[in-house]
Amino acid sequence: MNRARRSLTAEAAAHAILIAYTIIALFPVVLILINSFKDRRAIFQAPMAPPTPESLSLIGYATVLEQGNFALYFMNSLTVTVLALVLVLLLGAMAAFALAEYRFFGNALMGLYLAIGIMIPIRLGTVGILEMMVATGLVNTRTALVLVYTANGLPLCVFILSEFMRNVSKDLKDAARIDGLSEYTIFFRIVLPLVRPAMATVAVFTMIPIWNDLWFPLILAPGEAVKTITLGTQVFIGQFVTNWNAVLAGLALAILPVLALYLVFSRQLIRGITSGAVK
Amino acid sequence: MAELRIADVEKSFGKVEVLKGVDLAIQDGEFIVLLGPSGCGKSTLLRIIAGLEDQTSGTISIGGTTVDHLPPARRGIAMVFQSYALYPHLDVAGNWALGLKQAGETKEVIEERTKEAARILELGPLLQRRPSELSGGQRQRVAIGRAIVRHPGVFLFDEPLSNLDAALRAQVRFEIGRLHKQLGATMVYVTHDQVEAMTLADRIVVMHQGVVQQVGSPADLYRTPANLFVAGFIGSPRMNFLKGTARQPGSLELDHGASLPLAELRQPAGEVVLGVRPDGFAVGDGATAPVRGKVVLNEYLGRESYLHLELEAGGRVVVEVAPDNPVRLDEIVGLELKPRAAHLFDAASEQRLAA
Repeated sequence: MNRARRSLTAEAAAHAILIAYTIIALFPVVLILINSFKDRRAIFQAPMAPPTPESLSLIGYATVLEQGNFALYFMNSLTVTVLALVLVLLLGAMAAFALAEYRFFGNALMGLYLAIGIMIPIRLGTVGILEMMVATGLVNTRTALVLVYTANGLPLCVFILSEFMRNVSKDLKDAARIDGLSEYTIFFRIVLPLVRPAMATVAVFTMIPIWNDLWFPLILAPGEAVKTITLGTQVFIGQFVTNWNAVLAGLALAILPVLALYLVFSRQLIRGITSGAVK
Repeated sequence: MAELRIADVEKSFGKVEVLKGVDLAIQDGEFIVLLGPSGCGKSTLLRIIAGLEDQTSGTISIGGTTVDHLPPARRGIAMVFQSYALYPHLDVAGNWALGLKQAGETKEVIEERTKEAARILELGPLLQRRPSELSGGQRQRVAIGRAIVRHPGVFLFDEPLSNLDAALRAQVRFEIGRLHKQLGATMVYVTHDQVEAMTLADRIVVMHQGVVQQVGSPADLYRTPANLFVAGFIGSPRMNFLKGTARQPGSLELDHGASLPLAELRQPAGEVVLGVRPDGFAVGDGATAPVRGKVVLNEYLGRESYLHLELEAGGRVVVEVAPDNPVRLDEIVGLELKPRAAHLFDAASEQRLAA
């Protein structure tokens, strides 16, 4: 990184652009947060205004927590996301290691085949997936969601991680082999710690779409016992009447776990994003 | 300590033949250097000995046991890599202990071996440091220590000095040489640097395009190179080569007309290549000498100077002269061959002709 002193205007311009972007990106989130603390009338009369003592109301949160199985939906979302995340990272990292480390027939072809998954949206196959789930009796289970999300997350994970694993020194792996470490030990003890930043990057990119997804829960698991939080919040959106307080409160609460996970990964994330670029 | 036998080892990657039948018998306690330009197969051979690569055919045995089907850890070898390859998340002691733990050694043994290696390499105060907290030279010593604690039959070095700067390189080279005397272990050392090869080796194995060109002591290789490749590869600056025809004993007709008296030439040999090291020429009279050339460059190195000459007959040669020589640029000087300075090679087979 060039540390030469830059002009004040350039510095200010850069900050202005970044600040503008931050405002745009955060605006919807802030809107949800402030309105979730207002009563219904205030939401419609002055949607941009922060809650005042008169308009402050926790009715939305009360509704969400009392009505519906909010805790259950929450757990469903968490279970599905965490399980899918663990599977994507574990299987993806192993596949990436194999692709990066071993010479075998069809290695490059296999890598390409896996990469195609990044380009083709999984939703195109929804009908097929639904038929499969019906055939295997997995409709209305969290397993169905975990499987679909795992399949969806793997290509990108394999793609990114195999690139990072190629950068792990070959000598290091060979040294470990001479020291008698098994391939599994080399993978878990030597290689994984070294690609941890990349893992964090992949984790964040995998986790957020899963948590936010509405499509597959709606189609594969709409049952009351297995609803995820994004789907669960939809009960407050009706054809004629929408309980905006509850919807906004539900969404506000749904942000929290992703935020927490993101904070856990973020320190690694930044290193992961930049380490490939600046070598 | 162990002897190492390499019997007819071949290796191909797909259609590319990297090793074309290598045979070597390395004695117990010998320091062998595999020397050659990059891509000659020397590193591949080392990796096959280590078990990191499978040979296509042939047999490796260490200490009398065939090891072809043993994993690296059970071959009784230890390897030092160019890039150190230390485990970044472990401290020095941890780096050394990992392999021993894996082999199921007891804590006492590990501790004792760690102490021993720390004493040999003078790394005692650094045992609790991580690799990132060490300098390049220290890291390579830690890597050597990781080999020592295994008490291997054979030490394998894969260009261990290439990542170090010039001053450190000389120092670590000295330490490796001392280590060999101290441990008396069999060592196989891969390098493309002839200085490392000449200074460390008991015997040098010169490789080129997957074929062993010559095996011999450093002095053997320098004095009697077996073919043109070895002659050109060993020695710096390079040996000069002049093409010619040997029609009669005692005189060599160079390709461009001049005739050079050559006592070594006892019988006609047809097309030959004459090899002369830079110190094998004496600068003589520019008017009468059979071979003359124009000085195009005079490299002053303090203890000696190298004259680059463009021969009248075509071609360039480098000649070592005293640094205070009066030769000027563009001057025409004559060259005379010093006694026993000529190396003769067959032009077609590139093999050395018996004197």
